[in-house]
Amino acid sequence: MSRVQLRPAALVKPLLFVLAALAVLFLPRFISDFRAQQFAYVAIFLIALIGLNVLTGFTGQISLGHGAFMAIGAYTTAILISNSEPALKLGSHVFEGQMQDYWTIPIAGIVAGVIGFLFGFPALRLSGLYLALATFAVAIATPALIRRFDTLTGGGAGINFFDSPRFTGLPKTDPVTFEEIPGGVDLRLFTIPTFNEWLYYLTWTVALVLFVVAWALLRGRTGRALRSVRDSELAAASSGVNLARYKTLAFGISAFYAGVAGSLYAIANTNVYPDAFGITLSIFLLVGVVVGGLGSLWPLVIGAVFIQFLPLWAQSLNGPLPDSLLLVDVPNFRAPGAPAVVYGVILILVMLAFPGGAAGLVRRLGALSRRLSQRAS
Amino acid sequence: MAQFFQQVVSGLASGAIYAALALALVLIHRATGVINFAQGEMAMFTTYIASALMVSHDFPYWVAFFVTLAIAFVGGVALQRVVIRPIEQASILTIVIVTIGLVLIFNGLASWIWTGEIRPFPSAFPNDTIDVGGVAISVQDIGTIGVVIGLVVLLWAFFEFTKIGLAMRASALNPDASRLVGVRVGWMLGIGWGLAAVLGAVAGMLAAPTVFLEPNMMQGILIFAFASAVLGGIDSPFGAVAGGLMLGVGLNLVGNYVDFVGSDLRLPVALLVILIVLLVRPAGLFGKPVTRRV
Repeated sequence: MSRVQLRPAALVKPLLFVLAALAVLFLPRFISDFRAQQFAYVAIFLIALIGLNVLTGFTGQISLGHGAFMAIGAYTTAILISNSEPALKLGSHVFEGQMQDYWTIPIAGIVAGVIGFLFGFPALRLSGLYLALATFAVAIATPALIRRFDTLTGGGAGINFFDSPRFTGLPKTDPVTFEEIPGGVDLRLFTIPTFNEWLYYLTWTVALVLFVVAWALLRGRTGRALRSVRDSELAAASSGVNLARYKTLAFGISAFYAGVAGSLYAIANTNVYPDAFGITLSIFLLVGVVVGGLGSLWPLVIGAVFIQFLPLWAQSLNGPLPDSLLLVDVPNFRAPGAPAVVYGVILILVMLAFPGGAAGLVRRLGALSRRLSQRAS
Repeated sequence: MAQFFQQVVSGLASGAIYAALALALVLIHRATGVINFAQGEMAMFTTYIASALMVSHDFPYWVAFFVTLAIAFVGGVALQRVVIRPIEQASILTIVIVTIGLVLIFNGLASWIWTGEIRPFPSAFPNDTIDVGGVAISVQDIGTIGVVIGLVVLLWAFFEFTKIGLAMRASALNPDASRLVGVRVGWMLGIGWGLAAVLGAVAGMLAAPTVFLEPNMMQGILIFAFASAVLGGIDSPFGAVAGGLMLGVGLNLVGNYVDFVGSDLRLPVALLVILIVLLVRPAGLFGKPVTRRV
């Protein structure tokens, strides 16, 4: 084997990224409109997972309440777009839904990011388990908080901005009658005919941009500092890493990503309501990060696909359980809890057997194949 | 004034339930330094078992009650042996994620087996009130408080006067030294999980008549139990009970007399309690402050 000084390996990742971006660009030509919507959710989850991984995987700060930051982003977008009657109010300010949908995305990210950054300060005093506990409580309290401030958030019914004039000029499928509402956007290069395709391109554009940003941020000095905080706060501090600065920074970045994801989530759903942002969402995000791999970036795509498609698959597991387990006779048996059980089992198995998630699995397989090829040569 | 005392008593009753669950959390945290996020879901699941015993197997209430406690104990021990033991030495993140996995499994299993629909759950005590000096006090509240007090006294006696109790205290305090003198530390931790599951089952069965039986019934109560444990000091069993009672009464009074809070904001208030205590006095009211050598 010759030793090549120019490392082609350095080009592999950018090349892969370009290929992935091209695949993303042309995928809608080959899949149905319905699938395009599902893949849009994959992009949304990917953004949220990158955010959570910056905090939990790279910096070691456990968050069981990232759904709350998504809620902040989602409600920011919904409040700014909505023209509901009666209008939403914050104090004496009345929101009249004057903002175009995509302008609300960065605003949602910034609002969530600032709140996350501020939450980082009290969180500095909470280590490990206590941070987990506090964020878990945040996740459970979120829907109640949203419901309480109903003049701003629409209360338990939430905000539906499907009909708002500033909300996408594209044809949407009416959620009640399933009729297509006509519209269309001409991007000169090609036209985007439906709401779901528009959603697909919107979410994946944002996801790819934020992916590159995260990659650039994490590969250099900042990434090293964050990882050193995770591995040993003591060692990091003695090497001159400012713990407070990097921890609050990680909270801010992480919440920004969650806020953007929440904003897109609201746009994809065309509405927001309190129970969408409960503990379940936060836990699903954690599942996605763990399955993809704590402290990894690329494999989060697998985590995102996993949390989007596994529930759909698990819902098909609606055969009855064995009779011996059924203490109570249930007519018309279905399995509403199946996805949660599958998630839970996978979460525990991954932690017991593959703590590195998909990323660790790939690394292990790579090491194995290298060893095999070395033995062969 | 009579209404005020009524609110205090019903606050004590809900506080007793928080105290039982908080005690379960403290028991596990003292022994292993873990917070079991699945404690609430375990409690919910055992309550479903009690309901199944009563409804489809016609067990009388108290028989079902004690059979459930036995099942909870065995289940708790088994859970520690099978799921928790392999990760004892792992990072906090791993342990937290595994207990979150348990949350998902129990919650999902409950709606898988028994559907998610809300069911009634009988109370052991009649739905009467007795008159104490012009204050109408519900028999259910008194019964709830009584059951929890009895349980706490039993547990205290167990830890104080039995050999296993002593061994458990020893293994929590210094596992290595305990192992050297022949205590089977692993099994002591298992028994700890079993007892915690029993405490949870009691909390679940006492709470179910008012919150009704459904897969998410313990989520709010778990947060109140967290707040109680943190308020009293997460390593202090006495603190957990005191914290639970204080929180129960406090939340009930705040919820009834402060319009802004009402019934919606009790959870956020508990969250606030957790945050303030952790930030201002992390050891809680009755815990010993921890100093760390670096």
